[in-house]
Amino acid sequence: MATQAAELVFDEATKQYPDRPEPAVDRLSLTVPAGEICVLVGPSGGGKTTALKLVNRLIPLTSGDIRIDGRSINDQDVTELRRSIGYVIQQVGLFPHMTVEANIGTVPRLYGRSRQWIRERTAELLELVGLDPSYAKRYPAQLSGGQRQRVGLARALAANPPLMLMDEPYSAIDPIVRARLQDEFLRLQRELRKTVLFVTHDIDEAIKVGDRIAILREGGRLAQYDTPENILLKPADEFVAQFVGADRALKALSLRTLGQISLRPGTWLDGLPQIDASTNLRDALGFLLAGGSDRAIVVDDDGNPLGTVTPEDIVR
Amino acid sequence: MIPVLGGSGPVIPSFGSGSSCEQNNGWWCTDWLREHWGDTLQPALVQHIELVAIAIAAGFLIASVLAIAGFRYRLLDVPVGGFADFLYTIPSIALFQLLVPFTGLTVLTVEIALTSYTLFVLYRNMVAGLRGVPEDALEAARGMGLTRVQTFFRVELPLASPAVLAGLRIATVSTVSIATVAAFVVPKGLGEPIFIGLDQNLFKTEILAAGGLAILLALAADVALAWFARAVTPWSRA
Repeated sequence: MATQAAELVFDEATKQYPDRPEPAVDRLSLTVPAGEICVLVGPSGGGKTTALKLVNRLIPLTSGDIRIDGRSINDQDVTELRRSIGYVIQQVGLFPHMTVEANIGTVPRLYGRSRQWIRERTAELLELVGLDPSYAKRYPAQLSGGQRQRVGLARALAANPPLMLMDEPYSAIDPIVRARLQDEFLRLQRELRKTVLFVTHDIDEAIKVGDRIAILREGGRLAQYDTPENILLKPADEFVAQFVGADRALKALSLRTLGQISLRPGTWLDGLPQIDASTNLRDALGFLLAGGSDRAIVVDDDGNPLGTVTPEDIVR
Repeated sequence: MIPVLGGSGPVIPSFGSGSSCEQNNGWWCTDWLREHWGDTLQPALVQHIELVAIAIAAGFLIASVLAIAGFRYRLLDVPVGGFADFLYTIPSIALFQLLVPFTGLTVLTVEIALTSYTLFVLYRNMVAGLRGVPEDALEAARGMGLTRVQTFFRVELPLASPAVLAGLRIATVSTVSIATVAAFVVPKGLGEPIFIGLDQNLFKTEILAAGGLAILLALAADVALAWFARAVTPWSRA
């Protein structure tokens, strides 16, 4: 079942609508290495979603090329191309008249897979996305928004595509569930290692999810394509600096966890608040400031103290 | 009295010479009903069901073709929908009379008229059903690599089916009712015993029995189609 992830290359990819003065996507060139998550982010009008839809040819290219593992998308049969790419959208787009199992089985059925195969694959995928296999027989209307999005992800994964396109998958979901879905998606990705093109308008989501971030500006031009750390600490220009926000140094804190910095040797002091080593530095700073304490004990998963931390240790 | 266009056949005196109830034109003469169920009411009921079934089947077929065309090519929707609306506005007796010079006093005349009436509800509901398919489901279907034909049969058609079946229900119930007027043209269906009853000194038992059967038939069709719709669209109850 293991399909290699595919390398995705945009080569001067351009979309120009005849009735508009500016292109929607302007000579976009970037390479997403196999197995990495690339987040397209930017203000509306930046052509993020257009760029994503160029890949599965929901929108045809005007000029330039897009290659998946070296093969141009225009050299492939369009339905074959789409079936080989996992596609997740914001409104999920589950088919309301089909059970969860039938939804997940859509593409495998087109490939001629048996009922038995689809049943087993559904159970496996539901478990993977954190749903009980008993959900297989439910209809989309019987699920919450977060559950539907999980099923949408399972459906996109059903035929084990080497490339996934995710168009603002979590934008319509409340912040608490969104954070959980993001965490689960990242855990899943560590296991599956798909190549993922992920569109969002939320820079915080981009920083959290992306291995690399491509910032698109008005007119569909690429402003910067880099790791989250470099985007935050070395913005290429004023536009990027403004887009990531004045608090970009603070945001950069979210890239590392307490477990990754050096702690002060800890002695068990009564009355000090405790904090998990897996907490990122930004949240830890918030925790310390909100708690009114200038020091906290960092503990590992089993609750063993690893040391203590102060706000100065974090911002240093 | 009411003119009976199809009254070419022999008029059987339904009053008979039977019981005092019949002699006095009672409201509900069970002995008459027992005597004439087999030769009057039951055949009329069967004919009525035939008239309706043919009209609905023909209407459903024609409306399906028109609806697919009107859905795919929006330009067609205005003239086609407008024509179906227009047919529906013609009073039924007038439509029967209009057709007689062309198709005569035949079952064909009746079926043309009945079918015309079903088109409005069936066509409008079919197009509304197809248009009501959620955009996100269509985008997902396209993005997942379903072809146009696959999208139509696997996504659009099933999602339109509740509206289509609702239209079928309304069309069937109203056709059961309109079909009683068919007896103006041919001596068939439940309209025939009603007309005979009216013609014969308003024989109440016959009029009530035939009218009652028409109502029961409409109710039965309504319940059966509602049950069928539930059975084939289990997801719409989810």
